[in-house]
Amino acid sequence: MAILEVTNLTKSFGKTKVLKGISFQLEKGNVLSVIGSSGSGKTTLLRCINFLETADGGKIVVDGDTIFDSESDVKLSKKQQLEKQLKIGLVFQDFNLFPQYNVLDNVTLALKIRAKERPDFKKNKKQIYAEIEQKALALLKKMGLSDKVKNYPCELSGGQKQRVSIARAMALEPKILFFDEPTSALDPELTGEILKVIRELAEEHMTMVIVTHEMTFAREVSDYIVFMDDGIIAEEGKAEEVIGNPKTERLKAFLSKISD
Amino acid sequence: MSFSTVNSELFIGFFENVKLFGITLLFALPLGLIIAFGSMSKFSPVKLLTRGFVWIIRGTPLMLQLFVVFYVPGLLFDIRFPGSNPRMTAAAIAFVINYACYFSEIYRGGIESIPKGQYEAGQVLGMTKTQVFFKVILLQVIKRIVPPMSNEFMTLIKDTSLARVIAVADIIMVAGKFSARGIIWPLFYTALFFLVFCGLMTVIFGRIEKRLDYFKA
Repeated sequence: MAILEVTNLTKSFGKTKVLKGISFQLEKGNVLSVIGSSGSGKTTLLRCINFLETADGGKIVVDGDTIFDSESDVKLSKKQQLEKQLKIGLVFQDFNLFPQYNVLDNVTLALKIRAKERPDFKKNKKQIYAEIEQKALALLKKMGLSDKVKNYPCELSGGQKQRVSIARAMALEPKILFFDEPTSALDPELTGEILKVIRELAEEHMTMVIVTHEMTFAREVSDYIVFMDDGIIAEEGKAEEVIGNPKTERLKAFLSKISD
Repeated sequence: MSFSTVNSELFIGFFENVKLFGITLLFALPLGLIIAFGSMSKFSPVKLLTRGFVWIIRGTPLMLQLFVVFYVPGLLFDIRFPGSNPRMTAAAIAFVINYACYFSEIYRGGIESIPKGQYEAGQVLGMTKTQVFFKVILLQVIKRIVPPMSNEFMTLIKDTSLARVIAVADIIMVAGKFSARGIIWPLFYTALFFLVFCGLMTVIFGRIEKRLDYFKA
């Protein structure tokens, strides 16, 4: 069964239709890359699925749970909405780390805030915080940042910042992790370390959706590729086929422009 | 008139200035934040009303506001300020309202300068808007508004001497009484009080800036 089902998603800003009915599915443990020129709607798609924008129409189902349905009359409280949102994690293009917290606190902040709602929080505060920190340290170790846990974001390189932000998103154990052009804000020589981390996550069968410009990487790491053009999915399929053997003129044009 | 007599009377006067300074900050700092939220409200009646109010307060002289607060309630509604020192109460009300409006604009500038991504990052991590504001945004705002705030604090201590127009016995008023008796030097000597106070403030704000220097925002 698909872990992510997006059906007929639409979004307009004023009179501009940015998403004109997007539908796709993603199987658990698979990696999907969304490619397309700027203005094609790929970032809006990602922002709608992450609730940073509210879609005008359509339906989003994650792991059998409907997290958005424009037809539904069921009104969710803000709290319930946030809970549903947490099934999805997001890594931003420009990291958006919290500058006043060190690396460890960036990763633990949301977990610690959430822990306060646990009924046993007052009784077991110390133990709960210790567990959260253990978990964060393990994630940071995996990201190769064990020696940076006490550093502040301003003391890190772009690649390190992005790895912290991946750890921060992973800490909430999302079912699907989204990346919004994770290497676009990095110097070319730093993109490698992020791509390596994503590749490792893919090997562990983390379900991921990556909006990216890195064609070679997309081809290598993704199971599926969706090519967006002017608010619709113009072409989709297995990574090899879509990039290696494009069918539509638009995609051919896009790929040749990218490789120049 | 001995130096120490003048000195101790001036100190008593300056204590009034410092008292007004303290009360103003105590109430105007939080009130300013509320006004800032009002002027950023998405509900346009609230926004327009708040911005109109801020315009009136910032657009008229503080001295005039002191007169209005002190005289108008009595003239129109026959209300007197309660307490042993109604003049100080009236002055404090005028100062709190006036400074809250200036603070609100500083807060607004600070809050609006924080990148949208900080709010979005908080949101996708499951935080509520209130949690994002207090856990993520506020300290960054404070760091950004320390320099303009230090300006306001310095202006405030000097502005407090305006309260003498409604006969709050501040340091300048005390010194003025000496001048009326032909002793002119205490009036100029009051400058030293303000200078020392502002010097102290500079040191304190410098410390705060340094304390917040550990991160860049």
